[in-house]
Amino acid sequence: MTREKTDFWVGLFVLLGIIALVFLALRAGNLSSFSFAPTYQVQARFDNIGGLKVRAPVKSSGVVVGRVAAVAFDNKRYQALVTLDLQKQYQFDDETSASILTSGLLGEQYVGLTPGGSDKMLAQGSKIKYTQSAIVLEELISKFLYSTASKQGNSSTPAK
Amino acid sequence: MTTLVKPITSLGRAVRLRITGLGEFARFLATILARSGLVFRRPGLVSQQIHFIGNYSLLIIAVSGLFVGFVLGLQGYYTLNRYGSEEALGLLVALSLTRELGPVVTALLFAGRAGTSLTAEIGLMKAGEQISAMEVMAVDPFRRVLVPRFWGGVIAMPILAAVFSMVGIIGGWVVGVLLIGIDPGAFWSQMQNGVDVFNDIANGVLKSVVFGVAVTLIALYEGWNAKPTPEGVARATTRTVVNGALVVLGLDFLLTALMFS
Repeated sequence: MTREKTDFWVGLFVLLGIIALVFLALRAGNLSSFSFAPTYQVQARFDNIGGLKVRAPVKSSGVVVGRVAAVAFDNKRYQALVTLDLQKQYQFDDETSASILTSGLLGEQYVGLTPGGSDKMLAQGSKIKYTQSAIVLEELISKFLYSTASKQGNSSTPAK
Repeated sequence: MTTLVKPITSLGRAVRLRITGLGEFARFLATILARSGLVFRRPGLVSQQIHFIGNYSLLIIAVSGLFVGFVLGLQGYYTLNRYGSEEALGLLVALSLTRELGPVVTALLFAGRAGTSLTAEIGLMKAGEQISAMEVMAVDPFRRVLVPRFWGGVIAMPILAAVFSMVGIIGGWVVGVLLIGIDPGAFWSQMQNGVDVFNDIANGVLKSVVFGVAVTLIALYEGWNAKPTPEGVARATTRTVVNGALVVLGLDFLLTALMFS
């Protein structure tokens, strides 16, 4: 086989490899969800973020409007400090509340934004005032158990 | 007295031989890397080897990938169906292929398909005294024979692994969506939500590069150190497959523990 022919087949082979990698990255992987649209950052403090991870989606009415950029612990207030990257094309007012929600019963956690009624808009570096922590299943169950236990205790006490 | 001394002596010798062998192996790698300048001066030699190692392995890799994808689709569906989450089949197929099966199965097939031919070729070159003839003509056999084959293998292996994963995912799609009838939208979107480009795909590619270096190096080393007899070449070829497979599986455990823990 001549040199030219060999090079042609090797070129095809390498091309196939590149196609395979692009297929993996775009079709199977999440590269297509990396958006290069301009963003602005806002911060929110939560008492408990549950299992929220960096790059988790930020949704409003179910539509992805941004991603979680960073999760840190504020040692002064003993709260979690979450930085959100929001896309510039979506503007929210400064009374917007952020809550940590779960998609489905056992799905991944994301940040939900519910707009408020203010005229001022959130800008780069501003803070979201109203936040709602993640619901921790154990706390929910223990609250429920305590409330039923105290109810039962009340109903049995009048016997004295 | 000798009954006590003898086993201890043989134990010591065994350990010493192992360590010397490891050192020789490392020196072999260092020599190849040090003389790799040829790759840039005569890229034609490397492309010839990529053609020989890569293109000719493509068929077996693609067919194996397709069938591994089929089987993953069927077996995954069987398990996921119990929990009513058949839509996660795409995620299961893609994750297991990109993280584990793609690099590992490709490396095992690579050792069997390309590694053996490298070992046999070099061993027979030695048996036919071609290597000595090169040295007589002042051609460095390391540079002329080993370096192009090494880089050919190292370049071909990640490409083959990527093709394996891609074809496997298509196989899983054929079984899951076309045969069983899972919703294609859910199949792909679950996959895209769960597979991370850096964490899963890039680490899988990194794994395949490491396996490519290991398998190619073992094949060349065994061929280079084969006894120049028919029996010696036969044994070296067997050792390539056995050692290559064991090293790939061992390295895979190490890399998985480092990357994904």
